[in-house]
Amino acid sequence: MGNLSYEESKKVVYKGLGLLALITILEVAVALIGNGHIINGFELPRIIMYPLMIGMSVYKAYFIIYEFMHLTYEVQGMRMSILLPTLLLVWGIIAFFQEGGSWFKRRDQIKQKNEKPAEESIKVIGMHAHPSTTKELF
Amino acid sequence: MATDTIAQDDLHLENSDAWDGAKQPFKASYGKLMMWYFLVSDAFTFAGFLIAYGAIRFSMPSWPVPDFVFKTFPFGGHTEGPLLFVTFMTFVLIISSVTMVRAVQEGHRENQRGVVFWMFLTVIGGASFLACQAWEWTNLISVEHMSVTTNPFGTHVEAGTYLDDAHGVPYADGVEKETFVAGDGYLIHKGHHGHGGDHAGEAHGGEAHAGEAHADGTHDDWIKRRYMTEGGELKQQEFGPKAFGALFFFITGFHGFHVFSGVVFLLIILINVASGLYVKRKNGYEMVEKIGLYWHFVDLVWVFVFLVFYLL
Repeated sequence: MGNLSYEESKKVVYKGLGLLALITILEVAVALIGNGHIINGFELPRIIMYPLMIGMSVYKAYFIIYEFMHLTYEVQGMRMSILLPTLLLVWGIIAFFQEGGSWFKRRDQIKQKNEKPAEESIKVIGMHAHPSTTKELF
Repeated sequence: MATDTIAQDDLHLENSDAWDGAKQPFKASYGKLMMWYFLVSDAFTFAGFLIAYGAIRFSMPSWPVPDFVFKTFPFGGHTEGPLLFVTFMTFVLIISSVTMVRAVQEGHRENQRGVVFWMFLTVIGGASFLACQAWEWTNLISVEHMSVTTNPFGTHVEAGTYLDDAHGVPYADGVEKETFVAGDGYLIHKGHHGHGGDHAGEAHGGEAHAGEAHADGTHDDWIKRRYMTEGGELKQQEFGPKAFGALFFFITGFHGFHVFSGVVFLLIILINVASGLYVKRKNGYEMVEKIGLYWHFVDLVWVFVFLVFYLL
């Protein structure tokens, strides 16, 4: 329980309950107001909604890890050995979201190629696969 | 309390030879540290799923809107309550997390009755969450016919006007037609047709669902409503991205499985506490603390599942 007395830590818990409940209500409020469910005709742009909701979720996660799971009260080395590896996920998010975006862009390209006459599209695919051999083929 | 902690550490040293190296790494017991490292690895598993969700979602031109998909709730009938039920589920999980913290605290005071009481409440919370999820899944599968391979929830990519009503029957003269704008969500319903009329679903029969034949000879078909875009093109509602159903059932299912196994472990440890097993160990009910870590982790994962599936 770290350095807190029993009474103190009991208080932290109920404060935490209030905090988490409040943030959850705020998150849902942002989602509903932002999508125009509460106030008729009023919507929030996604560029405001999304960072707000992500920020609040990250704060909830921080609170659960640090207070409820007592990570604040563990030694520094243990904290780091748990938290630092998760930094790898930052790259995971960047790389895969970039990839997803690229799939989205190529959707149109694939559609275009499907609409092209067969001969032409074979030529394009051949050139992409082996630029050196296409010279001999065509 | 500070002196208690020191006394506790000394006790650990005597009892377990401090992992046989005379000094406890990170001043934590072996079990507790390994529970943390297991949770780190589990976090990576969940992160992998959620990142895959993000990548696939980014690759799709349209994606079902959560406040349209998740607007039903038990005994709600046709009343719409966007995100209402799932917010309730989130509260259930948060409250069960709080009762778990209380159980751990009572454990530090070696208060057996307190631990039993708060752990019991936690088990009830976990079971309630599972019950809610069971209702949610049942509704999606048997009422809205979403499955791992079929996703009847779609989103319009352009504005337009429907040419037929919810049953796939062309509007009679004088009836006001429904309109929609880009970004509006829709749900493809199933209809019952006994006489094999040429309704919208048949034109695309071979595609995803040709309809299942029933014993009484009737046909269960998807009603794909026709509409006219603002540009004057005639089009038909199509299924939403298949991946949505698969990702939803897989990720919430995997989380639900964590909740389920958490409830099972909580029950086992609850029985051990009640039988007085941990009284003899005199280590501040460390077993309760370890299962507590797991239980908070389940809540932690839900924060992000809630974020990506229901909020964004």
